[in-house]
Amino acid sequence: MTTLAELAVGAEAKVIRVTGTSAVSRRLMEMGVIPGVSVKIVKTAPFGDPIQIRVRGYSLAMRKSEARTIEVS
Amino acid sequence: MKTVLKNAETSNEVAVAVKENKRADENAEKKQIIVALAGNPNAGKTTLFNVLTGLKQKVANYPGVTVERKEGIWKLDDTAARLIDLPGLYSLDVTSLDEQIASEVLTGKVFDLPKPDVVVAAVDATNLERNLYLVTQILEYNIPVVIALTMFDAAEKQSLAVNSKKLSELLQIPVVPVIAKQKQGINELSAAVVKAAREKKTPVLPWLADADFNEEGEEIHLSLSENAAANKKIFARYNFISDVYQESVEHKHTSERNVSDKIDGILTHKFFGLIILVAILLLVFQTIFSWANVPMDLLDQGFGALGDFVRTSLPAGILNDLIVDGIIAGVGGVLVFLPQILLLFLFLSILEDSGYMARAAFLLDKLMSRVGLHGKAFLPLLSSFACAIPGIMATRTIENPKDRLATILIAPFMSCSARLPVYTLMIGAFFTGQTIFGFLSVGAVLMLAMYALGIIVAIIAAFVLKRTILKSPPPPFVMELPPYRLPNVRTVLQNMFTRAGLFLKRAGTVILAISIILWALTYFPRNASPTINKNQQSSVTERAPGEASGAPNGEMATELVAEDSAQLQNSFAGQLGHFIEPVIQPLGFDWKIGVALIASFAAREVLVSTLSIIYNVGKDETEESETLISAIQAEKRADGTPVWTPLTALTLMVFFVLAMQCMSTVAVVRRETNSWSWTLFMVAYMTALAYFAAFLTYQGGKLFGFG
Repeated sequence: MTTLAELAVGAEAKVIRVTGTSAVSRRLMEMGVIPGVSVKIVKTAPFGDPIQIRVRGYSLAMRKSEARTIEVS
Repeated sequence: MKTVLKNAETSNEVAVAVKENKRADENAEKKQIIVALAGNPNAGKTTLFNVLTGLKQKVANYPGVTVERKEGIWKLDDTAARLIDLPGLYSLDVTSLDEQIASEVLTGKVFDLPKPDVVVAAVDATNLERNLYLVTQILEYNIPVVIALTMFDAAEKQSLAVNSKKLSELLQIPVVPVIAKQKQGINELSAAVVKAAREKKTPVLPWLADADFNEEGEEIHLSLSENAAANKKIFARYNFISDVYQESVEHKHTSERNVSDKIDGILTHKFFGLIILVAILLLVFQTIFSWANVPMDLLDQGFGALGDFVRTSLPAGILNDLIVDGIIAGVGGVLVFLPQILLLFLFLSILEDSGYMARAAFLLDKLMSRVGLHGKAFLPLLSSFACAIPGIMATRTIENPKDRLATILIAPFMSCSARLPVYTLMIGAFFTGQTIFGFLSVGAVLMLAMYALGIIVAIIAAFVLKRTILKSPPPPFVMELPPYRLPNVRTVLQNMFTRAGLFLKRAGTVILAISIILWALTYFPRNASPTINKNQQSSVTERAPGEASGAPNGEMATELVAEDSAQLQNSFAGQLGHFIEPVIQPLGFDWKIGVALIASFAAREVLVSTLSIIYNVGKDETEESETLISAIQAEKRADGTPVWTPLTALTLMVFFVLAMQCMSTVAVVRRETNSWSWTLFMVAYMTALAYFAAFLTYQGGKLFGFG
């Protein structure tokens, strides 16, 4: 099982599942990160965290701890 | 009032519905309709609101909370609408305060605000899918919705062809492309809103019909415990949106790196990103300090002149003293900060509107999260070096209330400009001309040490607060990095003046009251002689070093100052000074310093003028004044030992780094936290810390043979 946090910069993947606490996973899904959607890792911040992804045509930043709750293929 | 909110108490609902209908009838007679403006953050909602309402806007808070309520009148063809600007939202799931308020507005639960007749949803054409998510949720409230399709021009530049007719057809609601800045599509939008208000048509919601959670009578309203059902609904909405998107949007060719990505390549670069961030911040603060000084001095002198004018034109007496020394000096002392606040909010608006603020948070989140704060806390804290008031107001960008509170509670530890006069006076009196290693001036090192002390204590305080009373899971950092956009001049200016107005209104009332109380403490009980105080200089802020303005001259002045001094000794403040003397003795302070400490709880720089009165050197002293410095150096205790030693001066400086001595900040914290208990907690914990640190400094210093 791979999570979004393990992907390298530039990698693309499809979301399989959003786990994690209800508040965070709910927010992520509301922002469009739901199963089936494709995401791309754009970059990581200077200190290695957070990361920037591209989803549904816009840029979204999240911490690695949140990216770890997103299972991708 | 159909199925959507079925779980609400029906009896109430009927009553509300009846009331609403009645209100709606009244509104129809007055030909005024209620329109709510909703939209994602960065969807161009504010620009649209400004264009629709012009300058006739009212800004207030929703009752009991700090969510801003913006309202204006929008002139439609033959009628007018009350346009309510909802907070920028990604969703309506009622997990944040903004979302809760928006939901209350949409269901007509806000006092004095009937349920909206129409919702105008600002939808960013360049980010259609996520923007439409909010629209699907609003539609579930069964209110007619008109979509204002913003950023239409930007979408075309990105080779996105949004077919608004098709979009309207699929969603079954009107879609009007607008370019707010150029006022394109505004008439069409008005027409669509008037029509929607008249027809009161709401579409069928296919995503609800398709899913199995919408059986007759089953509740749909979400709560956290119904996770699975809630998630299902999110899927259903997005599935519907994906279909709509595919049918109505055409990518002319696969978009390569757009402009924002290119800018991000530099501004959030691993190495240059941080350097540019530091450069931008330096520029901002340098500008705030240097530009704001001129109008600040002018204001200060203006209030001084106004005070003198009132002093001479009103008959002498309590009323005269109250107006000049209490009201003009107290309120004027706060108004002096207005230029700084205006400039800071100018830059904040530009940084926010251009999309850079989100990047700054992105760059710094890792650092800030180490102490348990959000990346967005960085800027308010930095602003607090100029003045904690705009800094605390800038914490509004932090959504999580606990993170915001933690940031507010540590912001005043940043050494603000009002502490400078105190540092300068102490260094001037005891540490001038001394060097370390032959070249480092002790004064500069001490100054730096004071700034560092504030920062270190703030970090520790944040760390402790976030692990104890403000314990909450690390704030989720799920944040949009919006496309870079040129800030709209009008939006930026309007934002700046609105905030300045709020500051004046909010701080003004409380500060007026506290000014009067403090004035009374130093004024009563009166001595026999009623003529004193006459030539007192009325400007409370003595920021400009070395600039003695209009000092009373000659013997008469000396006499008056002596009387002032006697008056202060016998006043309630003087008595308080004696009263607290045992408490501050371990810090090496006597009762006279005690009086100055008490007075400086109004504002830190008041210490300088109060010490001047106590030491009989005239109120019109500035921090670099020779006479005040020599008076401080010459001051002796009963046993002939000097009151002030370098150690006393250092102790006082340490106390001033940490103590909450600024009534304007207290007033703003009260407004922003909406809680007296948090405000008092802040005053208490900061003062306790200040006392503790000063105690350690003095007693430790004595132990090592200093002082």
